[in-house]
Amino acid sequence: MNQTNSKVNLKKKKSLFSLDFLMPKLLAFFAGISVLTTVGIVAILLTESAGFFREVPVWDFLTGTRWEPLFANPSFGVLPLISGTLMITLIASIVALPIGLGSAIYLSEYAPNRVRAVIKPVLEILAGVPTIVYGFFALTFVTPILQAILPQTEIFNALSAGIVVGIMIIPMISSLSEDAMASVPASLRNGAYALGSTKLETSIKIVVPAALSGIIASFVLGLSRAVGETMIVTLAAGLKPSMSLNPLDSVETLTAYIVSVASGDVRQGSVEYSTIYAVGLTLFVITLVMNIIAGYISRKFREVY
Amino acid sequence: MALTKQEEAVRVGKRRTTNRIYHVLFFLSTVIGMIALALLIFDVARKGLGYLDWQFLTSKSSRIPGKAGIITALAGTLWLMMIVTPLTFIIGVSTAIYLEEYAKNTWFSRLIQTNISNLAGVPSIVYGLLGLTIFVRFLHLDRSILAGALTMTLLVLPIIIVASQEAIKAVPMNLRHASFALGGNRWTTVVRVVLPSAMPGILTGAILSLSRAIGETAPLILIGAASYIAFMPNSIFDPFTVMPIQIFNWSNQPKEEFKSIAAAGIILLLLLLLSMNALAIYLRNKYQRK
Repeated sequence: MNQTNSKVNLKKKKSLFSLDFLMPKLLAFFAGISVLTTVGIVAILLTESAGFFREVPVWDFLTGTRWEPLFANPSFGVLPLISGTLMITLIASIVALPIGLGSAIYLSEYAPNRVRAVIKPVLEILAGVPTIVYGFFALTFVTPILQAILPQTEIFNALSAGIVVGIMIIPMISSLSEDAMASVPASLRNGAYALGSTKLETSIKIVVPAALSGIIASFVLGLSRAVGETMIVTLAAGLKPSMSLNPLDSVETLTAYIVSVASGDVRQGSVEYSTIYAVGLTLFVITLVMNIIAGYISRKFREVY
Repeated sequence: MALTKQEEAVRVGKRRTTNRIYHVLFFLSTVIGMIALALLIFDVARKGLGYLDWQFLTSKSSRIPGKAGIITALAGTLWLMMIVTPLTFIIGVSTAIYLEEYAKNTWFSRLIQTNISNLAGVPSIVYGLLGLTIFVRFLHLDRSILAGALTMTLLVLPIIIVASQEAIKAVPMNLRHASFALGGNRWTTVVRVVLPSAMPGILTGAILSLSRAIGETAPLILIGAASYIAFMPNSIFDPFTVMPIQIFNWSNQPKEEFKSIAAAGIILLLLLLLSMNALAIYLRNKYQRK
């Protein structure tokens, strides 16, 4: 938003057919596509779930503890899917938050420039690994190791999927937190050093508190990514909706349920078919709320230096 | 509470030791990500390298492990890219130019800006529901490459838009002014001055968004690309499958041998994606220094 730019006065007559007149209209049209995408997502989720909520009251959906949409006597309580999703997210956060923050502190405060120049690109490449690959890794590498340590681990289990989802969101949390710390003015650090602080004291007592809003926002965004993660949980956590709190059991997440229905043969227009929109709407609302919270935190609590 | 010199020295020593311990801990947490990546690559290579041969690259998918190959999925991925590449480039770069050069701070541009940041946070599977409803059912494209490509385009647009905006923002204002001073209007300035100068950044964003489109699985499962495909697609209206979905199907097979075949597919996919990402990161770092 440069001030000088708006002062440039283009006093040229524009003919109706000049590119300078036509192109902005065309560009605006393309720019509108992103708005249409959002409108489309919201409209579709609402209209397609409406049919489902005519058959199943919203209250029953949100508070029911049995998710058995394909049984002869179906039950549509979404809580098992939500608890499965939260279980994965919780395990992922135990893995990713400390490691992500630790590596952000290292990269922002401790790392010599030469080391940074090597590590940052590697972390970025790590962020480019597709989730299906992580899912395969969870299923064929992490799960067998867990089974060797804890024999009661099921083939599909929340722990393995949760750990790998955690590994997947480390780069995101690390780079967003590091950006927040990098924007803390050097004068604050130098003040701490002048008073005789060690690097650790400076990082923990000065830099992290000053960048706290950005760090927490990165946590919330990372966890929102974990909630919406699909392939890792579909491959490694299984497809058994349960309210189990044991991480060694199989659980089903909101996303894994949608995939399992879509890859099966379910008739269009049936209630089972409309469940994926109801579940999709639930997922969309949860992640949207998390993203809005993250945005709010980073705007509202930004330190003014 | 004055401390003796000795007590003071002990206290400082303790603080320094704590600092060293944490230095190591912070370093280790940084390395964990890399160790994970190394383990992942090592594990996949150990399982899959034995199966990665000419036969695997040129065979269609098969129910018999010894005959299974990736050619149909590879073709599907290439077909998809042929549509996604131009679409994302045109729509994404147009949006970025509009936001940065034409619409400065109108309600419409603010709406689009907020919108793009929100879209980036929508889970990919929700895009699958969007594609299934609009392209597959409403527009009757069925389970075609076109339906898949349109869905993927919408999914990766935010990536290329944001990257292009950054690149356009970084073009110095005096270049634009020079162009205006020579009598160029805004459009010629954009085409001949701004875009050439922002191109490396835009290309980086394009590569990153493409690699995302190649690796995404969930949305395409929703639009029905998960079915068993035993022939090569010949047009954009044909049913298809792509590499990540083929890998997903093999991973789900009960026969243990299919796990190794999945690993062979992963090696191929990672080679493609990691080299694309490395290229994008290299491009960006090279032009950032200027």
